Amino acid sequence: MSSVTYGADAKPRVGFFTDTTVCIGCKACEVACKEWNQLPARGDGGAHLEMSGQSYDNTLRLSGETWRHVKFVEQFPQPYEGRWLMMSDVCKHCVQAPCLEVCPTGAIIRTEFDTVVIQSDTCNGCRDCIGACPFGVIDINHVSNTAQKCTLCYDRISVGLEPACSKACPTDSIQFGPISELRERAAARVVQLREQGESRAHLYGADPKGPLGGLNSFFLLVDEPEVYGLPREPKMPSRNLAPGSLLSTFGAIVMAFVGGLTLRASRMRDVARARREDAPRAD
Amino acid sequence: MQTDLPATFFTAPPGFGWLIILYFFIGGIAGGALLLAGLLRLFGTAADRPYIRIASFVALVGAAISGILLIVDLSAPLRFWHMVIQNHTGRLMFKWWSPMSVGVWILLLFGFFSLVAALESLTMDDRPLLRGLRFLARAPFDAIGAIGGIICGLALAGYTGVLLAVTNRPLWADSSWLGIVFLFSAVSTAMATLLLLSHWRRVDSANTNDWLARFDNVTLVLEFFAIVFFLLSLGGAARALLNAWGVVLVLGVIVVGIILPLVIQRRPSHSVVLPAVLVLAGGFMLRMVIMLSSEQIHVSGVQVFR
Ligand code: SF4
Ligand code: SF4
Repeated sequence: MSSVTYGADAKPRVGFFTDTTVCIGCKACEVACKEWNQLPARGDGGAHLEMSGQSYDNTLRLSGETWRHVKFVEQFPQPYEGRWLMMSDVCKHCVQAPCLEVCPTGAIIRTEFDTVVIQSDTCNGCRDCIGACPFGVIDINHVSNTAQKCTLCYDRISVGLEPACSKACPTDSIQFGPISELRERAAARVVQLREQGESRAHLYGADPKGPLGGLNSFFLLVDEPEVYGLPREPKMPSRNLAPGSLLSTFGAIVMAFVGGLTLRASRMRDVARARREDAPRAD
Repeated sequence: MQTDLPATFFTAPPGFGWLIILYFFIGGIAGGALLLAGLLRLFGTAADRPYIRIASFVALVGAAISGILLIVDLSAPLRFWHMVIQNHTGRLMFKWWSPMSVGVWILLLFGFFSLVAALESLTMDDRPLLRGLRFLARAPFDAIGAIGGIICGLALAGYTGVLLAVTNRPLWADSSWLGIVFLFSAVSTAMATLLLLSHWRRVDSANTNDWLARFDNVTLVLEFFAIVFFLLSLGGAARALLNAWGVVLVLGVIVVGIILPLVIQRRPSHSVVLPAVLVLAGGFMLRMVIMLSSEQIHVSGVQVFR
């Protein structure tokens, strides 16, 4: 709801275009991210390796220690028939960011590149942003004890470098660049795929008029968003702010009135009773 | 594959567990207690004074416990002050559109008014140490204290549900009714606490108890309807309650915590203790169900676990 403008210091808007159709699930992006950002393998230092038990993907989810996660969608209706969809998931750097909206310490900021970054020295770990993110991106990092997520390699892009994940991606499934350029490239790729017969190809989050004002890291998908573990219609938490506050205020007024009126009525009864008892009897 | 799930099911749980459940319960009681203390100060008689004192101290102790619970629950507790003062600029930190930020200020103001209420209730004893504070019991300070306490108490009781609604989590953000549900429940649990403590301290005044019981009856009925509207407003997200938590909601919160106390209080010579204990149990279970049923839903890989 507050908008920061960087004025002359603003840089071109950048982001990621992730073309899931060329992802081979090598997880090079996950590793590159961990190396560059010095993230541990697991929150507990790898003491308890968590395995999915039902998928070849054992990263399981984005977390405070895992800022890139290659999801495996294993669509196998029959043992020898089916397909794998791979999608390298990451913070979407939402144009209207729910996490930034709710953060009560001001730890989450929008940078001059229009990306969303959590300042670790400000965050106190209240975890409001975790529940606010529509994509389950943020989590507590157990080394810093603060909320953490992808910074879109703020330190690298500030000095003109490309983020570690897109740099490492061997198939260019993850592409980094100015949003306008990425959108053009993505639209052309959708046309190409459709011409080749993949009629389900579509972009998720590329539309600036879509949910959350568009996503600065958007995706090319070839199935329903939910199949990739993505919500079809991500929403802003503040949609409930006005109705929730109004209803609660209404309830508060009702409580104050009912309480006050019942108390006054009860005291009036007492006074009337006392008067009756004090009055001289007729007999 | 799971294409009919509400958007809120694709999110991650923030880990609001027992400490927060306890805070919602105790903070609710504290908020309701300051409302009751304020009403009794404005419209009550001398016979209500012991109740005012108990309610004011419930509010003060509740505010202190609430603050401690919230700080301990932070992942970086020593930085609790970042909620109040911006660590980079030293300026005040306040975001009116973030219920958590508003809530911090509500709790601070609430702490102030509950302290004023507790001090004012002590000046009634004519203790030499507190003579300087007698002005608190005189106009216009008495009315300012009472009305400020009522507003802060109601705000503390109700904002927590709004905070949950202003996220993207299942159940919480699928309805706008949680604030009012928590508010009514907070007031009823505060009345139950006041009835129990006054009974224990043997300050029973039939008139005050009678008022509390009447007010409680209305509040419980309102709470019942608010819960029904909450459930109806959930739509497809109500599936988050198609499990043991749903059973606890119906049997524990509605039957044990609302209907039974209402039935018992209709009896001419009922016990004070039993309905109050049931209301408290129901209020606690309400917060437990709402928090834990949502917390257990999470997206992992491409699956949504419920
Ligand atoms: S995807 Fe989640 S964490 Fe990333 S900017 Fe959007 S709301 Fe924030
Ligand atoms: S956990 Fe940190 S970043 Fe997230 S909302 Fe709280 S203070 Fe802000």
